Amino acid sequence: MLETVRRLRNAGVLGLNERNADFIMRLNPRHYYPRVDDKVLTKKLAIEAGMAVPELYGVIDHQGDVRKFAEIVEDRESFVIKPAQGSGGDGIIVIVSRTKRKKDTFRTAGGLLITTAELEHHISNIVSGQYSLSGGKDVALIEYCVQFDPLFEHVSYQGVPDIRVIVYRGYPVMAMVRLPTRSSDGKANLHQGAVGAGIDMSTGMTLSGVLGNDVVDEHPDTGALIAGLKIPQWDFILQSSARGLEVTELGYLGVDMVIDRNLGPLILEMNARPGLNIQIANGIGISGRTRRIDEIYNADDDPVERARISRIEFAAERQESLPLDDTN
Amino acid sequence: MTKNTVWILAAILVAIGMLTFLYKWLVLGFPLYAKQETPAWTIETAIRFDSGPGSIKVNLQIPNLTPGFGKLDHYSVSKNFGFGVNYAGGGREAQWTVRRADGRQTLFYRIVVYEDKGSIQSDTTPPFPIPPVIEEPRKTAVEVLVSEVRDHSADPATFTAELLRLVNSPSPDPNIELLLATAESPSDFVQTMTDVLAFARIPARMVRGIILQDQQRNVSPVAWLEIHDGDRWRYFNPNSGAEGLPDNYLIWWRGSEPLIRVEGGSNVEVSFAAQRNYIDAMAIAEKRAELEQSPLFDFSLFSLPIQTQAVYSVILMIPIGALIMVLMRNVVGIDAFGTFMPVLIALAFRETQLLWGTILFVLLVAMGLSIRFLLERLRLLLVPRLASVLIVVVILMMLISILSHKLGMETGLSVALFPMVIIAMTIERMSVVWEERGPGDAMRAGLGSLVVAVVAYLAMGMNWLEHLIFAFPELLLVVLAGVILLGRYTGYRFTELGRFKAIGKD
Repeated sequence: MLETVRRLRNAGVLGLNERNADFIMRLNPRHYYPRVDDKVLTKKLAIEAGMAVPELYGVIDHQGDVRKFAEIVEDRESFVIKPAQGSGGDGIIVIVSRTKRKKDTFRTAGGLLITTAELEHHISNIVSGQYSLSGGKDVALIEYCVQFDPLFEHVSYQGVPDIRVIVYRGYPVMAMVRLPTRSSDGKANLHQGAVGAGIDMSTGMTLSGVLGNDVVDEHPDTGALIAGLKIPQWDFILQSSARGLEVTELGYLGVDMVIDRNLGPLILEMNARPGLNIQIANGIGISGRTRRIDEIYNADDDPVERARISRIEFAAERQESLPLDDTN
Repeated sequence: MTKNTVWILAAILVAIGMLTFLYKWLVLGFPLYAKQETPAWTIETAIRFDSGPGSIKVNLQIPNLTPGFGKLDHYSVSKNFGFGVNYAGGGREAQWTVRRADGRQTLFYRIVVYEDKGSIQSDTTPPFPIPPVIEEPRKTAVEVLVSEVRDHSADPATFTAELLRLVNSPSPDPNIELLLATAESPSDFVQTMTDVLAFARIPARMVRGIILQDQQRNVSPVAWLEIHDGDRWRYFNPNSGAEGLPDNYLIWWRGSEPLIRVEGGSNVEVSFAAQRNYIDAMAIAEKRAELEQSPLFDFSLFSLPIQTQAVYSVILMIPIGALIMVLMRNVVGIDAFGTFMPVLIALAFRETQLLWGTILFVLLVAMGLSIRFLLERLRLLLVPRLASVLIVVVILMMLISILSHKLGMETGLSVALFPMVIIAMTIERMSVVWEERGPGDAMRAGLGSLVVAVVAYLAMGMNWLEHLIFAFPELLLVVLAGVILLGRYTGYRFTELGRFKAIGKD
């Protein structure tokens, strides 16, 4: 057991306790949390900072407005419903189309049929705070449903893959792409069963993936190879993520982006407590990289410069490493 | 810097907690174990006399300094008599007074003492005694005896031992025979010895006490000899010269005064009866703290009413549960619903016992969960839905109790002790996780909650721990220090070792 602890230490793996005590508490002042926990506010701040975000169709902020839902989506074929204060992808419903015959029945990304009444009940649950981090009242967002980029066609199952970038003191330090699977119900969240694949920071090429806590090379549903995909507009993605510091003033931040077929990379949301599975996806701990940032940190660097430095510093470190001890 | 502050704070908390604990344990004698008992003796002195025509005053010698014993309590049982305690030459005296009384009177004096081997109750150092005036021809006999003993001894103790050896020899010389001719009773004999010792300028006095034996009535006082060697008082067996006190010898009074003086009464009889019993060590510690006038006892939980004490003995275990919770979450890394839900479940387990508690908990959650899924179809708003789940939980609890009673299983009745609001919230959280993340995650977290609750129950159910925390609540500061330190634990959680196992490997 101590051997495992040492091995993880050597690989710079960050644990939950250390993340909470030494990263989140030190770098993320609590009064800035609403900037990321409230997706309506995040969207507003991101737009002010000139970043691209999915268009907001409407907001439902109290029970009486739930019936306005039909009105909001009247002209829309596809849209996404999400709680403004949700976490971990809970409470998100992705609608990809309406059924031809009945106007008030929709098809979800998972292929299920769902009626307006059911969606209204869901929105009502969101508003009463079922998915809210604080358990209090919440608001439901109805926004643009991102259109699949064909790049990921073979490595995702119904749903839109997203790209998670960890930004440490404004410098992107680690990234992964999250690929929906059948068991994740089209959602791009690792703990719901999506596959995560690390990304080489310097080239934007995917590395092999991780499902649960295990390394996988192929997508479990499509069988396509995960490694070796080139993420488009990688520079732009890194620069947008780096800008997350200016928008939120949080020093340890997870930025989630999606690539839209027509609009390119869009900021989906940001997270003040990004998960640690990204380390498994990249096959390396994050601590080594954050320590490097602490060494070269320069408060005068602008987002573009920070993104450039990250590309140079964090070229794929997954060298063909020799086993530390191979006694058995 | 924060790290240092945390360490310093924890060190201060541990220091305060442990010092108070050690003081109460070692100095005040608070017992470490529950139901720890110390042997104690109740000695009853019964005084009977015929009352005379006038006012009556009764003085009884009572124990003052009692090596080997601690005094717990004493009281008098006497109708119509005024009672008081005075300090007098021989130690302490109990005094009863009454203006007039008719017929034969009986007064009782009871004292409760506990065995305390460590109790060395030292008296003050006495002045050198004035040589007593002894008439011829006894004076010559004493002079000869003293000079002979002095030749064979080095200090007061050996002098005494040698003296006693000579006077107790089976064939005493004529001087000794002359000296002891007037000594009729053992106390006269000891009194003569103190005179001889006083002649040799050794402070000595007679001690009388009773040898405690259980269930004994009519014990009579035994005389013993006490001398001062210039440093401390030492005891000698007057009949053998051996040093020390007999086992279970309770010194009742010192000096040559009589045990009792009755003014205005006649036909006085005094009898002693002893009985051994066991007294809660806590009561003795309480007494000792009172004697030392320690404020610690005034502020201890034992000063609360018994019912409140019972409540606190449970409440004080919650911090232990919280500590277990912190360990399970931050060091082991088990997922559980609600921060302190498992601790509350563990509290309920105390009443239901583990096996039944687990069965009832699983049953309740499983049934509640299935009904919760039915409610989901009704599309209720959040708060009414929570309220519905709560009501269903209450009804289920009621049904389980009634059913188990009908089946003759009384343990099922204790289901009512489960914190129903907590259970309702658990069901709600579990159903949300079930829908959002699948049954696997929900079951895992549910099972995690149960495991943490069981571990917390086992820790909180340790009787010795419960007693320890109750008798020494300052140990909670140590628990607090532990929790604060764990709050800065940044190492891996045990479960993370498995989670990240793929990293760093070939």
